[in-house]
Amino acid sequence: MNIVVLVKQVPDTATERKLSPDDNTLDRAASDGVINELDEYAIEEALLLKEKHGGEVTVLTMGPDQATDSIRKALSMGADKAVHLVDDALEGSDALQTAYALSKALGTVEFDLVVLGSESTDARTGVLGAALAEYLGLPQLTLAGKVDVDGSAVRVQRATDYGYDVVEAQLPAVVSVIEKINEPRYPSFKLIMQAKKKPVEKLGIADAGIEADRVGLANAATETVDFAPAPPRAAGTVVKDEGDGGVKAAEFLAEKKFV
Amino acid sequence: MAEVLVLVDHVDGEVKKVTTELLTAARRIGEPAAVWVGAGADSGTAKLAEYGAQKVYTAPAELADYVVAPKAELLAHLAQEKSAAAVLVSATPENKEIAGRTAVKLGSGVLTDVVDVTGEVVTEHSVFGGATVTHAKVRSGVPVVAVRPNSVPAEPAEGAAEQEEVSVELSDAAKAAKVVERVVQEKGERPELTEAAIVVSGGRGVGSDDFSVVESLADSLGAAVGASRAAVDSGWYPNQFQVGQTGKTVSPNLYVALGISGAIQHRAGMQTSKNIVAVNKDPEAPIFELADFGVVGDLHTVAPQLTEEINKRK
Ligand SMILES: Cc1cc2nc3c(=O)[nH]c(=O)nc-3n(C[C@H](O)[C@H](O)[C@H](O)COP(=O)(O)OP(=O)(O)OC[C@H]3O[C@@H](n4cnc5c(N)ncnc54)[C@H](O)[C@@H]3O)c2cc1C
Repeated sequence: MNIVVLVKQVPDTATERKLSPDDNTLDRAASDGVINELDEYAIEEALLLKEKHGGEVTVLTMGPDQATDSIRKALSMGADKAVHLVDDALEGSDALQTAYALSKALGTVEFDLVVLGSESTDARTGVLGAALAEYLGLPQLTLAGKVDVDGSAVRVQRATDYGYDVVEAQLPAVVSVIEKINEPRYPSFKLIMQAKKKPVEKLGIADAGIEADRVGLANAATETVDFAPAPPRAAGTVVKDEGDGGVKAAEFLAEKKFV
Repeated sequence: MAEVLVLVDHVDGEVKKVTTELLTAARRIGEPAAVWVGAGADSGTAKLAEYGAQKVYTAPAELADYVVAPKAELLAHLAQEKSAAAVLVSATPENKEIAGRTAVKLGSGVLTDVVDVTGEVVTEHSVFGGATVTHAKVRSGVPVVAVRPNSVPAEPAEGAAEQEEVSVELSDAAKAAKVVERVVQEKGERPELTEAAIVVSGGRGVGSDDFSVVESLADSLGAAVGASRAAVDSGWYPNQFQVGQTGKTVSPNLYVALGISGAIQHRAGMQTSKNIVAVNKDPEAPIFELADFGVVGDLHTVAPQLTEEINKRK
């Protein structure tokens, strides 16, 4: 079974993240790039499925040149090869444009399953897997907390607000995973060394058959019109518990009419 | 005035609060038209009328037998047929997916996790863990907008709520992922986390899987219970109650954090709460930077005292 894992490089949540005043898009120079944390769960799940069913795991990433760092990380976890969709024309693409571009790039790879994280820590739209399934015309098995493949059938536990749904479809399909699905492995030294030799294919938009007028900031259907730092919260009151901390908190709640 | 489609969230015919918020927001843009999938529309219509729905489009429960795609087909079909000015859904994980697919079908754009929306359909977002506020819009086509619960205060207004059945012929592609079983996990009597007016959350400071100190306080306030990832990862509280970047985003009137340090990833899920109360034994804990009221102390003495005091005042 051949699996493609989608990986995105995002600004490190631990650093201060900024938008660029020139075009209101992410200022990638302002913070360090790291692999989107949920993608590590996607890679792990792909590797687990490969260990069980055989086949190859290909990493697919769309992003600027620096995204190679995340590709290497994915390869050093154990993925076999990578495709890097990189083109200036893609810069500033919104979530749906990204889904479109990835759906085209997927046309150049053979796969039975596409696995991705259920959202990225920067934009957090949570629509990519669904939009990708729409563009590809493939079954959408997103928000999966468990994945089982049996022959040509795939079954997942899809997280819902009341618990989960058991969902079934035929391969090929698009699966997005939530963090409770597994515990991502740490790359071993051996794998890190091997990863340096694994093939990374670069793909431009023409190679993938992506129409230039459907991607990039200028063609995006959505536009960030402005941004500003959030207004600071008014400083609150902090008291030390002298045996009456609970009572004082209750007084605050009463003042605010919560009790 | 153009129609604004609002996808109704309901449980067995009972309309969720977020839908009344969406109807309120829809009135700024145009004429609210509710879209109801599944049984129970008759019992829910009164509520929709109370919040200004002029129309209620009803569609068969069968649409919910498959993942996301059928509802997107329905919304895209209605948006085109009625020349809708916008489509609004609540920003739950599933509805955001519906919004994404609907926008792809319409060739328009999707805006998610919106905290406010104007009549020109300019949306406000709180990003980067609440540190930055952005405004966005859809440049072309019907905007599809996912609004966070508790963001737009619901205001009543009279609506005709005229029911109209819609028949949709589902494509084969929409039936590709079939729901074969629904598993309801323990929920109890507490309000739902993302909808609750008050949320009480516990973190690593709770110290064990005995969350009763958190639950008792929550129950005295009629609140939902949440947990930090440290508490969830320790197996102290179920996954679906995690608040934060990779958990639920909540925006209640009151958020109480017990033994939670206030890591950026936690803040991402609760920073837009209107009032924040924190109990933490470390005076340097970053959660105090956000707190409107903080108590430096042991939660195992402060929280029970607070619970007792609230119960006394009832
Ligand atoms: C990509 C990514 C995503 C993440 N997503 C999330 C997320 O969605 N949600 C989330 O919560 N975290 C998330 N995290 C983890 C986050 O960084 C923190 O590790 C986590 O929030 C810490 O939880 P905590 O505050 O309960 O624990 P800690 O940070 O360990 O804090 C415990 C606090 O309890 C206090 N305390 C201890 N004992 C007591 C006592 N008896 N009385 C009072 N106070 C006491 C301590 O002083 C301390 O401040 C994410 C991390 C990453 C990298």
